[in-house]
Amino acid sequence: MASKFTVSNRTGWLMAGPAILLIAGFVILPFFLAIGLSFTNQRLVSPNPTEFVGLSNYRQLLGVATVTLEPLRDDAGAVVMKDGEPEYPSIRSLTRNNPDRPDLAGMREWFSFSLGGEAKTFVLARDVVFMKAVVNTFIFVIVVAPVQAGLALGLALLINQRLRGINVFRAIYFMPVVVSIVVVSLLWRLIYDGQSGLLNNLLDAISFGLIPPVNWLGDPSTALGAIIAMSIWQAVGFQMVIWLSGLQTISPTLYEAAAIEGASKWQVFRYVTWPGLRNTAVLILIVITMQAFGLFAQIDVMTNGGPLDSTQTIVFQAVERGYGKQDISGGSAISVILFVIVLSISLIQRFLTREKS
Amino acid sequence: MTFMKMAASAAVLAWASAAQAQETLSMWYHGAGNEVELKLINEVISDFNASQSDWKVELQSFPQAAYNDSVVAGALAGNLPDILDVDGPNMPNWAWAGYMQPLPIDESKIASFLPGTKGIWDGKLYSIGLWDAAVALVTRQSTLDELGLRKPTVEQPWTRDEFMAALDAAKAAGKWEYPLDLGMAWTGEWYPYAFSPFLQSFGGDIVDRSTYKTAEGALNGDAALAFGEWWQGLFQNGYAQATQDPADRDGGFAAGKYAFSWNGNWAALGALAAFEDTVFLPPPDFGAGPKIGGASWQFGVSATSKHPEGAAAFIEFALQDKYLAAFSNGIGLIPATPTASEMVDNYKSGGPLAVFGEYSSKMALVRPVTPGYVVQAKVFEKALADIANGADVAATLDAAADEINADIEKNGGYGH
Repeated sequence: MASKFTVSNRTGWLMAGPAILLIAGFVILPFFLAIGLSFTNQRLVSPNPTEFVGLSNYRQLLGVATVTLEPLRDDAGAVVMKDGEPEYPSIRSLTRNNPDRPDLAGMREWFSFSLGGEAKTFVLARDVVFMKAVVNTFIFVIVVAPVQAGLALGLALLINQRLRGINVFRAIYFMPVVVSIVVVSLLWRLIYDGQSGLLNNLLDAISFGLIPPVNWLGDPSTALGAIIAMSIWQAVGFQMVIWLSGLQTISPTLYEAAAIEGASKWQVFRYVTWPGLRNTAVLILIVITMQAFGLFAQIDVMTNGGPLDSTQTIVFQAVERGYGKQDISGGSAISVILFVIVLSISLIQRFLTREKS
Repeated sequence: MTFMKMAASAAVLAWASAAQAQETLSMWYHGAGNEVELKLINEVISDFNASQSDWKVELQSFPQAAYNDSVVAGALAGNLPDILDVDGPNMPNWAWAGYMQPLPIDESKIASFLPGTKGIWDGKLYSIGLWDAAVALVTRQSTLDELGLRKPTVEQPWTRDEFMAALDAAKAAGKWEYPLDLGMAWTGEWYPYAFSPFLQSFGGDIVDRSTYKTAEGALNGDAALAFGEWWQGLFQNGYAQATQDPADRDGGFAAGKYAFSWNGNWAALGALAAFEDTVFLPPPDFGAGPKIGGASWQFGVSATSKHPEGAAAFIEFALQDKYLAAFSNGIGLIPATPTASEMVDNYKSGGPLAVFGEYSSKMALVRPVTPGYVVQAKVFEKALADIANGADVAATLDAAADEINADIEKNGGYGH
């Protein structure tokens, strides 16, 4: 059906044309290419022809199995103890050259748990690094989304006032957003330096030497936290500006009415400001979630996924495989998995925050 | 894409009419940003252009960090130059992928070249280097005297026990922050270049070089497990640090933070400037002989070049001793031939860095000569970083061997 919009609005199409072409060429086409390539064995550099391999890339990434093992027993039947824990048969003996369980070949221990009793269940994954990347990315999103949105709202409320010089504060809070994330990451690598970093010196000074230096990025228990903290700081100014635009759409008459009614500050926020920010809140939550799932530059500059995979992320793995290890098909499969994850979460968020009539 | 091609062919027409009788050869080089290096390469090019009238070489240089990506992108777009330079261990990958063609240079012309400078894949010479690089155990004579240590020689390097005793002595002396600086801050190619020789000296390897079809047994066999335990011990027992400040890598030895430093010839002059009594010791022998890495940047001809004979003529021209010596004087690398070395004060016999040339000719082992090396290097680097950070040695090496094998299989054996 030829509507007026598609036929007579030539100027409109002409103006949108360049953007549509660029988006089609650099976003839509690669998107479909990635889906197609993820079912092949495409390499970045190779004289071999590309072959269709079905779901093998996905099986390789997502393969998980569990085995439940009884602890080792000595001749008398007592459990063998090692370092105060019962000792279990080595996973290596199960997964390597084991004709009884060919399905476990090449798998590695991801984590293990015990449901009471002596038996222990080991969860094996075909690609432990990818699994860790997925978990780390989710931790990152779950922490960053609410904390960054909350802090940004706080900052927006602070700078949404008619004070002299308020623009100076707005500029200061917004500054990290303008600086390239690569530069910011390089600077924070110096701040987090394990020996003579700014943060360690600061902690040393305020605690009068009680806090020993921490190797923030070199210790698996602190590396992800360190990256979360600097990422929140870096992008909080951007979300603040969105909140601010939302705040400024709320009609001043509502605040005047609230003042006449004698509402407290909390009541004003709860019954005037917050309902007025509803749509902004939905937008910010979705934007932060999508940005957080794309975590890459900080990892690439600061940790390269280490130490001990504690900062591996989905996008870092996609790039590392696609370009670093020349496995375009594997990288594409990771991108498709990420797309499915982000799409499902966005749909859930849309459903939960829908207008209830 | 067609637009790009039209622009390219317009450019081609433009220079074709200007050059006429002379054929232009394009050349890519990785040294953008390094003025000394560019001056040297430009000198070779202008000498070559002036020496004959058939060919005219035109240089385009790239920053090193973007060079490999540029070549891959250029190859995918069908847009490679005639002459390109390539990091030694990457050459098989490019040759296999069809980016490069064999280099038609007479064997006798390069007979006296250091082994690490010759890029041979599939029995054919593809690339040749004007220099090599080498690594040594850097320390001070006064440190050896103070700790009462024997000075190791090429004939009699330290054994593993002697090496560990030296580290113990340095640790007990308490004068240094760490006994050993391995250069953990230099992530990337440094790991396989500098650390895989340790594994090879234990008797293991990144991949089984007899077939290049599997890493099983080479990277996770008994020798490799012994290497892994030793490697982890270096960090767990406080001999070296697993994460290092890049500034400490560059200046730590000169600042007296480390008793020993595992570092390359390019950093040697700086160490000598810091301490006059700096000595460059051969690598320890962990059982299968002392080993260091070999192969640096080399020159080759692209597969799409229409004038391989012209490209080869240029490369042959560049192999003259005077250029080898000029590069060594300019950027401190080891000249590829003994005769060129004699023309360089640092590397002539008795010169302060002459030992590097000796180590390079006697102990250098090139990294695995396979197109899969590009991937294997990444896997090896991660495995070593993980083990240094305390990961289980056997499980990590098993996983690395599995990943390398899966990659070899995915690539149909990489043409071996």
